[in-house]
Amino acid sequence: MGGRGEKKVKSIFVQRKNIVYTIIAILLILFPFMNDSRSMMILFTQVFIFAIFAMSYDLLLGFTGIVSFGHAMFFGIGAYAVGIFMKQFEPTLPYFLLAVVITILITAIVSYVVGLLTLRLKSHFYAMLTLAFASLFLVLAEKWRTLTHGNDGFTFRTPEIFRDRLDFYLICLVSMIVVFLLLNRFTNSPLGKVLQAIRENEQRTESLGYSVIQYKIIASVVSGVLAGFAGILYSVSLRFVNTSVFTMDITLDALLMTIIGGVGTLIGAIIGAGLIEFAHHWLTELAKVHWIFERWIIFFGIIYILVVMFFPRGIVGTVRNIKLKSKKRVTDKSEQQKAAG
Amino acid sequence: METLFETKDLTIAFGGHIAVDHVNISVPANQFKSIIGPNGAGKTTFFNLLSGQLSPTEGEIFFRGENITKLSSTERTRKGIGRSFQITNVFPNLTVLENVRLAVQSQAGIRYQMLSHFKKYQDLEAKALEWLEMVMLEDKQETLAINLAHGEKRKLEIAMLLALNTEVLLLDEPTAGMSLEEVPAILDVIRRIKEKGDRTILLIEHKMDMILDLSDSIMVLFNGRLLADGTPKEIMLNETVQSAYLGGIHS
Repeated sequence: MGGRGEKKVKSIFVQRKNIVYTIIAILLILFPFMNDSRSMMILFTQVFIFAIFAMSYDLLLGFTGIVSFGHAMFFGIGAYAVGIFMKQFEPTLPYFLLAVVITILITAIVSYVVGLLTLRLKSHFYAMLTLAFASLFLVLAEKWRTLTHGNDGFTFRTPEIFRDRLDFYLICLVSMIVVFLLLNRFTNSPLGKVLQAIRENEQRTESLGYSVIQYKIIASVVSGVLAGFAGILYSVSLRFVNTSVFTMDITLDALLMTIIGGVGTLIGAIIGAGLIEFAHHWLTELAKVHWIFERWIIFFGIIYILVVMFFPRGIVGTVRNIKLKSKKRVTDKSEQQKAAG
Repeated sequence: METLFETKDLTIAFGGHIAVDHVNISVPANQFKSIIGPNGAGKTTFFNLLSGQLSPTEGEIFFRGENITKLSSTERTRKGIGRSFQITNVFPNLTVLENVRLAVQSQAGIRYQMLSHFKKYQDLEAKALEWLEMVMLEDKQETLAINLAHGEKRKLEIAMLLALNTEVLLLDEPTAGMSLEEVPAILDVIRRIKEKGDRTILLIEHKMDMILDLSDSIMVLFNGRLLADGTPKEIMLNETVQSAYLGGIHS
């Protein structure tokens, strides 16, 4: 009886959550038509792109428990692939699609190889290795001047459909929603449950008869390809690419977004991306008020330390905890009443 | 009776210390065999060798006549050797139901299904609930494993092992650290499995009354060596075993 009632409550809860998500999605679609601030629209576009990137990172960090410091390499591969194709060939849609295919291929291969290495290297050793891999790509982008124009990077023209800011806004929004739905499915599939089991207790997962390494590789490849996709959108939005896409800063952004938003939750990654991008925007604007705001990264550092100390589960995790506790209190109370009555 | 499990000169050394020393046993199918011995006798190490957590420095392990010495623990589980752990070893931040469902899912061979929702697999969930009922945890299904009492975690551990439906069950001190009131429930579960008569069970335990009552045969390990192997009666009357347990035997 109790169990069934609980399930009903849960399904109502899930339904309400879905309704809230749908409303937010509709509001976001309508936003550019209600607000004609161009900079806001560009900022939101940036949020969507980084939300995709942060979700892909969360798949590793939050769901599978793999710490990677080299996630920027997949982002950079996507960014450069599209830039090079648009520059070297023609800025048309077929070439763009070709760049997407190439990005998927390269990121899949690289993430497969890197994922294979998780077999030998655990936790921080693996993190160091990914850092080294990402640096390798950074050096490659710096030195292969004929293709990448070195440190300064290059500008390029994009296909017709990406030129309008409004269209691009909608494309990014839809991409984010699709990635969210896909990953939601993925993490709730039987395979996704095994990934979470690996995060919780790798040895036990093995002794249940799952071969952990294959799951880690799958998570790594899915995450890498999605990060590459985020990179494509990023460089298209700027119409410019330089070596900064391969730097540690990009990985750190993803790390901050997932941890502040809440590890192990997809919506947390999206919220985190929004927060970081907006905070970045506002803090740099405040630079007119006081020069210290020019160094916004200092504030991020402080926020990050505070979050890790006081809200280790991030925004979504903390909210969930509070909800659970209040729910428990309610059930405890009703049980007490039952016992009393 | 057909021999299911066999070890030949099974040995493992950690540096100079020989933890398991040339142990030869053979376990017929559907037998209930207990392993006893003082602390540090190599009981758990022996289990780790059987289940593949450790690989031996010498010797071989046969399962249904097949040499499985080189197989990983994952492969051994798939072949039908499941084990429980002495130190509770569950998935702390997943619910009780999810813990068991993962085991059921593995047993059902659903490993790489990544695009359908887990709720589609109602039968998995039903089966998981069945196992939870068997160990009397059904009203805890939505609790996170980390919030369970110690005894409940042990029960969950056993439910996960049972859910794998393996032919061989390696039970490493299933009642360790449990409160006295909880022990009979676990004993009951083990007895019920035994009565079904379709599983081969190896049990490490310290509670002698429990062992004498349940076992078809008992093997005694001492300093990594197999001291004796026989029916409960033979073991009780065995003088070397007695002196080993009373202390004072030194090779």
